[in-house]
Amino acid sequence: METLEPILAQHPFLKGLEPNYLKLIVGCASNVRFNAGQYLFHEGEEANQFYMIRQGKVAVEIHAAERGSITVQTIGEGEVLGWSWLIPPYRWRFDARALELTRAIALDGKCLRTKSEEDHNLGYELLKRFSNIIVERLEATRLQLLDVYKASP
Amino acid sequence: MITDPMLSYPYRIERVLKETYDTFTLELEPRDAAGAMSFVPGQFNMLYVFGVGEVPISISGDPTKQKTLVHTTRAVGTVTKAMQKLARGVLLGVRGPFGTHWPVEEARGRDVVIVAGGIGLAPLRPSVYQILSQRDNYAKLVLLYGARTPEDLLYRREIDQWNRRSDIKVDVTVDRATGAWRGNVGVVTTLIPKATFDPSNTIAMVCGPEVMIRFTVVDLQRHGVKTENIYISMERNMKCGFGFCGHCQFGPFFVCKDGPVFRYDRVKDFIGKGEI
Repeated sequence: METLEPILAQHPFLKGLEPNYLKLIVGCASNVRFNAGQYLFHEGEEANQFYMIRQGKVAVEIHAAERGSITVQTIGEGEVLGWSWLIPPYRWRFDARALELTRAIALDGKCLRTKSEEDHNLGYELLKRFSNIIVERLEATRLQLLDVYKASP
Repeated sequence: MITDPMLSYPYRIERVLKETYDTFTLELEPRDAAGAMSFVPGQFNMLYVFGVGEVPISISGDPTKQKTLVHTTRAVGTVTKAMQKLARGVLLGVRGPFGTHWPVEEARGRDVVIVAGGIGLAPLRPSVYQILSQRDNYAKLVLLYGARTPEDLLYRREIDQWNRRSDIKVDVTVDRATGAWRGNVGVVTTLIPKATFDPSNTIAMVCGPEVMIRFTVVDLQRHGVKTENIYISMERNMKCGFGFCGHCQFGPFFVCKDGPVFRYDRVKDFIGKGEI
């Protein structure tokens, strides 16, 4: 039976990961698809997965009563959605909604946390990769906050 | 042909295009043959609104169609606000072209990544035109464009046309989604990892607000583009246009004469320094 291992190996997030770790991770992976408009998760729900996007686009949103849904970011092909599974209290802080047909690999966070506790090298490898994503997103958010395109005479 | 850099030549406004709520494009033609000019992508002109003042505005038109001079600008100061009110037929004074140019010739045979933020797309558009006019001379062509909101995007029809072509990859994002926007949301740097190009054989051209340029350069370097292959366009208080008055001094450079386009490694020690 064909496994998800070759697909995982090709995704930029796991590029270069040692084959024995890939084998471990593949046991926590499943193929998922979301139609346009479908929610991947909602704010406040338990965060038990993260998603490696293979195709499509997902909006990370937050709902404000007076403004409706506000998109703070979009995540597309080759990117990773979600790190709330990694940090207590393991609850989503935003909504995520597919903007178009989206195919992804869902990784079971509980499963990965257990494997990381058993093998700290795997845990460290995953943390390094997530740290890069978190730093990139933090820098992007700071640039967004600077509102650099605002007119100034 | 303009010979005296201090002398403005009269150009007639042939067309005014409203790009966004605060940005507009003027198409100008010289009143007589003496004022005709040729330019290369990246250069700018000094535009004079008679009785109001003169401002440096980059040329945003097609360098292969030099009969008409095209300038896109944002109405933010006294001169540009007055310029925004001008109609077809009105005369403007034009001096130029001034400054250095994008490395369009040097990029032949290589991938070209163009990163534009906000109105920074205007000075880069002539490079896109020139590369597309000689498309076979280049490898991949990627245009990454970020704006504040969907309403702030310039040249939307043209971007849609480029998007439909197979020989240029265009990716657009906005910092804040509004209305029915279904595209990318996030800063322009987030488009860099998604773009397909060979970093070791890429020339990058970057224009936008200086903070955006600095973030973009870091991300291009992070993805393997060599510092010496990154070019940026800078903006300073340019007055004379040819390094005479000193208003636009930037460290050892005059932006009007030594720039506005700089190879990044030449200015990296000065850019971002509050004292300069």
